[in-house]
Amino acid sequence: MNSSFLRFSSITKKIWMAFLGLFLMIFLVVHLGINLCLLRDDGGAWFNAAAHFMGTNYIVKVFEIGLFAGFIIHIVLGIILQVQNWMARPVRYLVSNKTTTPFLSKYMIYTGCIVLVFLIIHFMNFYFIKLGWVSNVNISADGEPEFYIIAKELFANPMYSILYIVLFIVLGFHLNQAFQAAWQTLGVNHPQYNVCIQRFGTFYAIVVPLGFIIIPFYFLLIH
Amino acid sequence: MKLTLKIWRQKDAKSTGKFVIYSLDGISPNCSFLEMLDILNEDLIRKNDDPVVFDHDCREGICGMCSLYINGRPHGPDDAVTVCQLHMRKFKDGDTIVIEPWRAKPFPVIKDLMVDRTAFDKIIQEGGYVSVNTGGAAEANNILVGKENSELAMDAAACIGCGACVAACKNASAMLFVSAKVSQFALLPQGQIEAKQRVKKMVKMMDELGFGNCTNTYACEVECPKQISRSNIARMNREFMCAKMV
Repeated sequence: MNSSFLRFSSITKKIWMAFLGLFLMIFLVVHLGINLCLLRDDGGAWFNAAAHFMGTNYIVKVFEIGLFAGFIIHIVLGIILQVQNWMARPVRYLVSNKTTTPFLSKYMIYTGCIVLVFLIIHFMNFYFIKLGWVSNVNISADGEPEFYIIAKELFANPMYSILYIVLFIVLGFHLNQAFQAAWQTLGVNHPQYNVCIQRFGTFYAIVVPLGFIIIPFYFLLIH
Repeated sequence: MKLTLKIWRQKDAKSTGKFVIYSLDGISPNCSFLEMLDILNEDLIRKNDDPVVFDHDCREGICGMCSLYINGRPHGPDDAVTVCQLHMRKFKDGDTIVIEPWRAKPFPVIKDLMVDRTAFDKIIQEGGYVSVNTGGAAEANNILVGKENSELAMDAAACIGCGACVAACKNASAMLFVSAKVSQFALLPQGQIEAKQRVKKMVKMMDELGFGNCTNTYACEVECPKQISRSNIARMNREFMCAKMV
């Protein structure tokens, strides 16, 4: 507990988690927009062009640093807060808590960890290939990874597609709680707006993961 | 009513406790939960046994002393009441009732079901007050307070500091308690002078005492016998951000 990072107050850590969580939610929409290019029957021209743009544009590269910092800080803070929470109750109750609380709100750390595992798999399959950390046969003559072919091959594997679908359902549950919790943490709680925040969070948590889930279905059933 | 009680017994703060099972017969459904424990204790004293130690004082639901975790819920199965206002009609004949003390690192068990809640006093000492000069009483209408703010401040001030929020929270977080104490002053002009210092010092003390962090499950709000709203937590977060930035 001597690290200066840990000495931030509980509220400061939570505010950063909430702020970065909302930032990551914005990024997820951008990512979905690129992924939906996979649904165009153009041999991956749009998808590869979008991937090339994201990999070469300097403004995007600056945002990329912020994005990775956001991911790492969000994850590290989540783990620190959770460890502190476990330490706050060294002796557990015999009867587990029967209080009615929002669905899965008690399990954010677990849904978050599942998403983290998927994130690592996802990086291994795509981002680390771009960096040259993981080898792949689908590299074009000019040294660019053929992301469309890589994605197509991955989604052709039913096990990967099922894993992808399940993980996005878990992400949906994580986001449904996270959105309204983030605003509460940032101090936004008003009877006039609470319902809107709750509904938008649920809408986002259904629509965005659904957008991602359509892609493996397209490759498994149609393409 | 015939009941089986499974009660946490612990000789003192340093001892290792255990659950002890007691049987009770002939309990009236109109009896309060604490009266039922009184009957058990009278029975134990008659048998030369050590009575079960538990906190209680006013038995009117206003002092915040009673603090029992009953069948997985702080203050038992009834909503918006303290244990002293809980009646045995909320249970069924033949029920097994598990009674535990509040469990949190900052609330160590003193004996049996009694816990030390000095941690809350320490938080209050950090800023749960307003400093005023003594002297002649000022004209009441000198400082006007809006109706909405006065209502919200009164709602926050209804917190009796029983600790059910900490007991209910899966993280043993005291955010609802601290936020109620911050809010009751933050909403009134009299509380503005020390507002920034208050929120920073109270949150610092809360963290130092080892309470957990809020993860927005809102179990605290559900179990609070005075129905303190989670909007107070959002207000405290706003107050904290402003105090840190300005």
